[in-house]
Amino acid sequence: MVELLFWPALIAYGEAAVAFVGASRRPALAGRLGTWGIRIGWLAQTALLAAQAARADGFPWASWAGSLNLFVWLVVSGYLIWGCRARYRLLGLGVAPLAFALLALARVGGGTGIGSESHYSNLFLVLHVGLVLAAFAGFTLAAGLAGLYLWQERRLKSRSASVLRTSVPSLATLDELGGRLIAVALPALTLGIGVGFLRLRSNGGGIDALMAVTIVTWLVYGAFLVLRYGAGWRGRRAAYLALVGFALVLAVRLGLPVTHFS
Amino acid sequence: MTGDLILVGTSHHRAPVELRERVAVPREEIEALAQTLAGAEGEAVCLSTCNRTELYVAGADAERRAEAALLELSGLREDELAPALYRLRDEAAALHLFRVAAGLDSLVPGEGEILGQVRSAYEAGATGSVLDRVFRQALYAGKKVRAQTAIGESPASVSSAAAALAQQVFGELRGTRILVIGAGKVSELAARNLLSRGAEIAWVANRSVDAAAELARRFGGEALPLDRAVGELRNADVVVSSTSSPDFVLLRDEVEPAVAGRKGRPLLFVDLAVPRDVDPEIGRLPDCYLYDIDDLEAVVAETLAGRRQEGKLAEAIVAEEAERFREWRASLDVVPAIASLRARAEEIRTAELAKAEGRLGRLTEGERHAVESVTAQIVNKLLHLPTVRMKQAAAAADGVVYAEAVRHLFGLEEEQR
Repeated sequence: MVELLFWPALIAYGEAAVAFVGASRRPALAGRLGTWGIRIGWLAQTALLAAQAARADGFPWASWAGSLNLFVWLVVSGYLIWGCRARYRLLGLGVAPLAFALLALARVGGGTGIGSESHYSNLFLVLHVGLVLAAFAGFTLAAGLAGLYLWQERRLKSRSASVLRTSVPSLATLDELGGRLIAVALPALTLGIGVGFLRLRSNGGGIDALMAVTIVTWLVYGAFLVLRYGAGWRGRRAAYLALVGFALVLAVRLGLPVTHFS
Repeated sequence: MTGDLILVGTSHHRAPVELRERVAVPREEIEALAQTLAGAEGEAVCLSTCNRTELYVAGADAERRAEAALLELSGLREDELAPALYRLRDEAAALHLFRVAAGLDSLVPGEGEILGQVRSAYEAGATGSVLDRVFRQALYAGKKVRAQTAIGESPASVSSAAAALAQQVFGELRGTRILVIGAGKVSELAARNLLSRGAEIAWVANRSVDAAAELARRFGGEALPLDRAVGELRNADVVVSSTSSPDFVLLRDEVEPAVAGRKGRPLLFVDLAVPRDVDPEIGRLPDCYLYDIDDLEAVVAETLAGRRQEGKLAEAIVAEEAERFREWRASLDVVPAIASLRARAEEIRTAELAKAEGRLGRLTEGERHAVESVTAQIVNKLLHLPTVRMKQAAAAADGVVYAEAVRHLFGLEEEQR
C-alpha cells in the first residue's frame, strides 16, 4: 500500500518538473500541466504520509530519509498555498525538480516505507523534528523567492527587451512574500530549537557542530528580520541575506545524517 | 427554417480611416439598424468599432440588404465602396467572427477591447437561431483564447509598456506616486496609462509652471518648477520624463544623494524624451531602473512578437470553434428528417397499442406501464443508430442525401404533403 502511493507522487512531481521546463515555450498548457502535476503529487504524498503514520508505531519520519520525505511534503504544501497562480510558475520550476529529487533520495534512504521505531519520545519528535522541518521548508521557499527576485531584478536593471515576456510576480511582491515567509518560519525554528535544548538539558548532552550551525542559521534569519523590519532592508540586500541563510539550512540538512543519525 | 449566415463589412485591412468613419455606426443607432436589417423574419447584428463595420445577417436576400445598408451609411456610389467591402458566407463568416472576437483580426493582435464590443453588438442585435449560435460561440472562442494563451497579456504601446514595467517593479500601482517631468502630450499619455492602473500623479514639474499647473490640475497633483523635481525623488516611485530640453534634466550627481535615503525602495525612471532627459548613469545606481524610449520600443517589439507566437495557438482554437459551427450547421440538414422519423415511429407505436387495447384491458396498471415502457424502448433502440449515423453523415457533408433517403424509405415526404 505504502509502496503504491510513493510512485504516483514521484511520477507526478517528475511530470510537473518537465512541464514547468516546457512552460517557457507553452506557458498556458505546460503551466497547467505543471500545476496539476504538483497538486496530484502532493495528494499522493499526503496519502503516503498518512499511510506511514497509520502503520508506524511511533513518529514515522525520525530517520534522516524519513525526515527528507516529510520536508518535501512541507515545501510542496507551502508552495501550493500561492504557487498555483500563473505568475509563480517559475518558482515551480525550482520546487518540482527539488521535490522529485529529494523524494527519490528519501526512497533510496528508506524514508518512504514503514518507519523504524525511534528511541526518542513521540512528543519530542513531533515538536522538534516537525517544527524545525517546517521552518526549513519556509526558508527553502523564501530562498526560491529570493532567487527569483534577483533574477528578475537583474533583467529589469539590464533593460532586457524580454522582461515582460515571462510572467513573474513584481519585485515588491517577491520581496514582501519572502520576508513574510521568514517571519513565519523563524518562530517555528525558535520553538524547534527550544524543544531540542530542553531535551539536551534533561539528558545532559553537549552542543555538537550541527547544533552550532543551526544556531548560526537562527541568528542569520533573526538578523534578516531585524534589518528588514527595523532598519528597512529591502530588495537585493534582503534577497542575498535570505540566500546566505539558506546555504546554512542546506549545511544543516546535509550534516544531519553525520551527527544526529550516525 | 434557418437562413445562410452572411457577413458584409469593411475594416482597417481594406479601408482607410476616411472610409471607415463614413460607414461607422454610432452606438445608439446600432440596435435600430439591426432591427431594420433583420426585417420581420431575418436576423442581423451590426458590429461597428473604430477599425471595422461589419453586418452579420441571415434570412432572405440578406447580402443585398446588408450591402444596401452600408452604401446608405457611406453615402458613396457602389463602385466607390465595393473595393473596400468583403463578403463572407456561412463557415467562413463564422471563422472571421471568431477571429475578430479573439482579437486576431485587430490592428494590435490580441487586444482585449474587441471582445466587449462583440458582446455589445450581439446584445443590440436582432438575433435568431443562426446569429444567436454564432455570436455565443464567438464570445466563447474569444474568452477561451484569452484564458488559454498569453496573447493579451503583454503591452502593445510605449506608454502601456512603461505602466507594465512599473507594475513589474511595484506590483499593485494603487498608492504608487508618480513624478511627471514635462507637461507635453507624451508625458500626459504615459501618466494617464499609469493613472488608469491606480497610480497617483503626485507631482508635475515643468519649465513653465503654468503648463505644469494645468496638467497637475487635471490629475489632481502638485505643480512644481523644474528645478524642484529632484527634491521629490525621495518620495516618488516612478518618474516619467518627456521634455524638449537639449540636455539631461536629471543628472546622476544630483539624483544619487536623493535616492540614498530611500532604504532600498525601488525608483523607476521612464525617459520618453529625445534627446534624453535622464542621465543613463542613473540606471547604474542601486535600486534605480531606467528605461529610455529605445528600451521601451524594444520591449513592445518583443511582446508583439510574443503575441504573434501566441496567435498561432489562438488560430488553432478559433479553427476548432469554426469546425464546431460547421458541424452544427450541417446537423440542421438532418434534424427535420430525424424529427419526422421519430414522430412517425411514435405514431405507429401508439396506434398499435391502441389496436391492442381490447387484449390489454385485462392487464393491471403496472403491467400496462411495463408494455408502454418496453415498446418505447424498442422504438428508441431501433432509431438510435440511424439517428447517430445521420448526424455523422451531416458532419461529413452527406446529411442532405441521408435525410432524403430516410424520408423516401419511411415515406415521410408523403406525410409532409
